[in-house]
Amino acid sequence: MTAVADARVSPRARGSARDLAGTGTLLRLALRRDRIMMPVWVLCLGLTASSTVGRLKSTYETPEQRADLVHDMNGNGSTRALFGAAFDDSLGALTVWRVGAFLTVFAAIMSLLIVLRHTREEEETGRQEALSAGMVGRRAGLTAALLTVGIANGAVTLLIAGGLASQGGTGALALGLAVGLSGMAFGGLAAVAAQLTENTRLARGLSSAAVGVAFVLRMAGDAAEDGSKGSGHVLVWLSPLGWAEYARPYADERWWPLLLIAVLAGASITLAYSLAGRRDVGASFYASRPGPAAAGPLLTGVYGLGWRLQRGALLGWAAGFVFSGAIFGSISDGADDFLGDSDQTREIIQRMGGAQGLSDAFLAAMVGVLGTILTVHTVSSVLRLRSEETDQRAEPLLSNAVSRLRWAGSHLVIAYLGPVAVLAVGGLALGLGYGIAAGDVADQLPRALGATLSQLPALWVVTSLTLLLVGVLPKYSAAAWGLVGWVVAVGWMGPALKFSQPVMDTSPFSHLPKLPGDEVTAAPFLWLLLLSVVAAAGGLVGLRRRDIGG
Amino acid sequence: MKTAISVSGLHKSFGRTHALDGLDLEVEAGEVHGFLGPNGAGKSTTIRVLLGLLRADSGAVQMLGKDPWHDAVDLHRHIAYVPGDVTLWRNLSGGEVIDLYGRLRGGLDTARRAELLERFELDPTKKGRTYSKGNRQKVALVAAFASEVELLILDEPTSGLDPLMEEVFRECVTEERDRGRTVLLSSHILSEVEALCRRVSIIRKGRRVESGSLAELRHLTRTSVTAELAGEPRGLSALPGVHDVDIQDRRVKLQVDTDKLDAVLRQLTEAGVRSLLSTPPTLEELFLRHYQDDVTRTEAEAITR
Repeated sequence: MTAVADARVSPRARGSARDLAGTGTLLRLALRRDRIMMPVWVLCLGLTASSTVGRLKSTYETPEQRADLVHDMNGNGSTRALFGAAFDDSLGALTVWRVGAFLTVFAAIMSLLIVLRHTREEEETGRQEALSAGMVGRRAGLTAALLTVGIANGAVTLLIAGGLASQGGTGALALGLAVGLSGMAFGGLAAVAAQLTENTRLARGLSSAAVGVAFVLRMAGDAAEDGSKGSGHVLVWLSPLGWAEYARPYADERWWPLLLIAVLAGASITLAYSLAGRRDVGASFYASRPGPAAAGPLLTGVYGLGWRLQRGALLGWAAGFVFSGAIFGSISDGADDFLGDSDQTREIIQRMGGAQGLSDAFLAAMVGVLGTILTVHTVSSVLRLRSEETDQRAEPLLSNAVSRLRWAGSHLVIAYLGPVAVLAVGGLALGLGYGIAAGDVADQLPRALGATLSQLPALWVVTSLTLLLVGVLPKYSAAAWGLVGWVVAVGWMGPALKFSQPVMDTSPFSHLPKLPGDEVTAAPFLWLLLLSVVAAAGGLVGLRRRDIGG
Repeated sequence: MKTAISVSGLHKSFGRTHALDGLDLEVEAGEVHGFLGPNGAGKSTTIRVLLGLLRADSGAVQMLGKDPWHDAVDLHRHIAYVPGDVTLWRNLSGGEVIDLYGRLRGGLDTARRAELLERFELDPTKKGRTYSKGNRQKVALVAAFASEVELLILDEPTSGLDPLMEEVFRECVTEERDRGRTVLLSSHILSEVEALCRRVSIIRKGRRVESGSLAELRHLTRTSVTAELAGEPRGLSALPGVHDVDIQDRRVKLQVDTDKLDAVLRQLTEAGVRSLLSTPPTLEELFLRHYQDDVTRTEAEAITR
């Protein structure tokens, strides 16, 4: 009977069944490889919400206090930009306001990392080829990667929904789904990116850029308009992260924005599947073209090589900063909108110089956001040294007449000077955007430029600490990402969450004046520069003395 | 004769693993020196120390009269290195990598570069991973042979090359030798070693176990003897240096240490020889004997005694 039944299955269906052969084994392999990374991500994302409830409860005990908080926070453009609108003053809604925006972004980042790790990276390293030679179907790799990311996001959803259930099950479920579905949507987009390019680095860059654009659009839309009083700015609705926010957990949940995210996830996964079925293992839709037969004048040595290897990422970051700077700048003129229609209040504030002050406060917050997020670039730029080493490209390079310091310098020049360029173009875009909106380019441009460039000493501290790790504790170089996470968490959430001063002080960025607007003194800059120089020197000494490849 | 590489009592540990355990190595200037040993014997570790990539725990290392750790950069102007597994940058073409390496060494002979590209049939416009394993090796080989250097360090350089290209490689090494350059060749391809190297060093478990010319090494190993005799063979197993004696009726097969051959022949002629076949050790046998680990070796010796 079975044989007869089998024979009736259409060739197409049988084909797709074979396409998935080996998925189970690949899934177990993926889970085994991610046995540390995935639980860490899932627990961090899943437990943040429930642990926040307790802290909020003790900080804002009465409904009046919470209502005040909501009023203050919705009234401030920069906190709206960072956290989104606060839709209600219940404990549950406040928790969502406080952690929701970050959970969706980090779920997206976790998902794109997991998907690319098990798709394009497997192909680029040639491991997929060896696996595909076994009883593994054409689409098994992609399916296993998506199942892995599905398990991760499913676990996050359940942990969030379970952890917040005490505040009401519906809202808990809405937040859990908003986070988990956002993860799946960006995981799906990463799966598409994995089909488009042969280069894992580029695929990671493209999918991270998608998260970045979605985040900036959401920030800009929320900054421009207080969503708790209306249906949200149009920019918010251009961003999947905005859809997650406007599902409004604990504030008359709306389910259809979640459906939008699910549709995006489904559509991107479908697209990835159809692309994956049409291409060769290891290949992509943009095949690599032949290069020059001889090296050009730029590639005269390791510095030319370093530039070749890192210019793509640098240009990507510069483009991202121009985009973000222009958007933040052009909306910041409206930062005093919340004062509403009361002419009286507006007059009082303006008399106090507050209108200027409010825009400056918003600009300063955005400058801090840009400065801290740029640590991602500078850290990955330094870590390129380590990956060149572990990928065994440093070894033959260093067997030439290249000193270790020179080799390190070829990447470090980008790690240290790249941010100068990126912050400069970001500052110019910010200043132009704001200057044009406020009709005062001549004054605002240099102020914005100075403000973004003021981030450099703090940024360099992170750069140098990463270099210290690479030089002295190379096996633990990846710990630099923990540093990035910490600096971003303190910089973005610390002020609104009222982190204690000693905690805030652990981030080098907390020591910078809030520019534009704040008073500038030389001392913090000098201390940060000194720390940066000392750490860099330690790292370079370590790099000179240690074994390569160790 | 000048010494190009001189290593004595070299130790290097990684955590608990003792990778090099008092290694000695001498390579004379102008020779092609074979560097042999089973997987994990410490060949690549030795080469990394020679290149100044790893720091020796103890022992003396001199390359072209310099210290590879302290004088790495000066030294590397005169050295070309080809790893066994060449990894390229994905967005750089092979031609770019060849030129880059040339510029980072003592310079590149452009005429020779063109000639080598031709001989190795290598397309320099392809990029990174689009090269096959063999072609990636060729990129590094062309860069090394076209460089103006004194010393070539080749770590299993022909892995992935087809037999035709292997032949080109041998020609190139011979040309390098004729131009007076020194080559340290780590290889598992014994015919390659036999064709190119005058002297070899064999290492095992981080120590040198044998060094000398191939003729000298041959002498240290066993000859296999097959004979048909007129009478009953007697007392062969009792002779010193005789192994694996197999007697079937009047047919004898045995292995004998080459320097103990005389006594065996005397014993055989006593019984009357009808036919005799004596085969010198092949390179494979020579290396197998050195590659075997201690346990089987001492066991084998205990049994034959």
